[in-house]
Amino acid sequence: MFYFDHAATTPVDSRVLQKMLPYFTENFGNPNSQHAYGRRTAAAVDEARDTVASLIGAKPNEIYFTSGGTESDNWALRGAAHANAERGKHLIVSAVEHPAMISTAKELQKEGFEVTFAAVDEFGRVDLQKLKDSIRPDTTFIGVMTANNEIGTLQPIAEISALARERGILFFTDAVQAAGALKLNVKEPAVDMLSFSGHKFYGPKGVGVLYVRSGVRLGKIITGGHQERSMRGGTTNVPGIVGLAEAFRIANEEMAQNNAHVSAIRDRFIARVLHEIPYVKLNGHPKDRLPNNANFSFRYIEGESLLFSLDLAGIAVSSGSACSSGSLEPSHVLLATGLPEGLAHGSIRFSFGKENTAGQIDIAVEKLKEIVVRLRNLSPLFPKELKNEVYDKEIK
Amino acid sequence: MQYTEKVMEAFQNPKNVGEIENYDGMGMIGSEACGDIMQVFIKVENGVITDAKFKTFGCAAAIATSSTATEMIKGMTVDEALEVTNKKVIEVLGGLPPQKIHCSVLAEQAIKAAIEDYKKRSSHK
Repeated sequence: MFYFDHAATTPVDSRVLQKMLPYFTENFGNPNSQHAYGRRTAAAVDEARDTVASLIGAKPNEIYFTSGGTESDNWALRGAAHANAERGKHLIVSAVEHPAMISTAKELQKEGFEVTFAAVDEFGRVDLQKLKDSIRPDTTFIGVMTANNEIGTLQPIAEISALARERGILFFTDAVQAAGALKLNVKEPAVDMLSFSGHKFYGPKGVGVLYVRSGVRLGKIITGGHQERSMRGGTTNVPGIVGLAEAFRIANEEMAQNNAHVSAIRDRFIARVLHEIPYVKLNGHPKDRLPNNANFSFRYIEGESLLFSLDLAGIAVSSGSACSSGSLEPSHVLLATGLPEGLAHGSIRFSFGKENTAGQIDIAVEKLKEIVVRLRNLSPLFPKELKNEVYDKEIK
Repeated sequence: MQYTEKVMEAFQNPKNVGEIENYDGMGMIGSEACGDIMQVFIKVENGVITDAKFKTFGCAAAIATSSTATEMIKGMTVDEALEVTNKKVIEVLGGLPPQKIHCSVLAEQAIKAAIEDYKKRSSHK
């Protein structure tokens, strides 16, 4: 079995697990408790907060632990929209944001906020001129992800940060896919808020971070006890927080070697697919993309049937196609890049990780070639005048 | 998403894939934009479907139902084949996940379209 779906989630690194385990058993105390049990875990959470803060150039009191990327995104957008509503009710988010942002923005529209979904170019990059033109005197929030989860495209967040800063608009970036793969620094480029999640870089699920720059007006979305400086109620997820911090520390420490390995096998995969399989399009930017991401549209084939065929061949990937998600709409990200619906339905995301090997890539390409030919034979869209064939590996 | 073993088998080893050159009826339903298209060809002798073939662009459920539905109508009279509903196809496959039911409607519609096409052609003869 080959796992090529690291953008969905990653396995927990054994070093991370070891660090977490005591916090399930002997160190189980509630950090809000006044006794020794509580003090021990409070110290562990403080240490985790310090680690995360220092790795992104923030102060510890600017770090909030949440249940994950979705909560962090919801909190940033909804919390900022409400807390700044008297200044204006116009919000800008990119058209290719994660559903955690898009759905929240749509909910806010129902509550009377106006939202501009900023357009992107064919590579999925935010169009800076259009973004600039959409800014209004009552705009209070701009949210653009650091890197896209489907196609891996890196966004021009330095430029967007400058645009927002000049006009006193809050700038939030969802760094869920970027964390662990790119060095993050909240001062360079300056961001007011930033989110990420533990399980994308070999940490645990169910835990995330929202960085909020001191002075940013942010409302609460989860009300409860005094946890997280009374900004986010709910008993502290101590093992999760300890695991996230350790995974983030390791990911940053080993970033250069991991990225070199992952991008090398990813580049090999892209090169082979484009060379050996005809009628394939690489989605996203050819260069400015996450090191682990490859996203293709296979013409004349529907993505879910390709996904299942790969699954049966022992290769786990993900599809931006409608059918797999249960809706009839193809990926909003691919449609935003201008990809025709048919091609958007035939898209597959391969996202590689540190445990994948070049050997796995080569086997996967061969299986993929067989499957593509089989499914094109089945397809009423494959033109009769074309030959349904694939090509041999280039001998180097 | 839980496909039954029968669905996975029909998806992996579909029967009746291809086209019939001198078909008596052909139906094509769906659109590329919606993510599924099914094309059905039938051969009819004395009102009985003697052969059926299909081509499908779509998800695993669409391909599996195409295979099963074409398998079911072979040997039926055209009137019997008109009674083959997506429900019956799903039954044979041992069920489909709820969000995949619409894929099975495609097979029913494509067969009906092929039979209509056959009827139109034979009335012109």
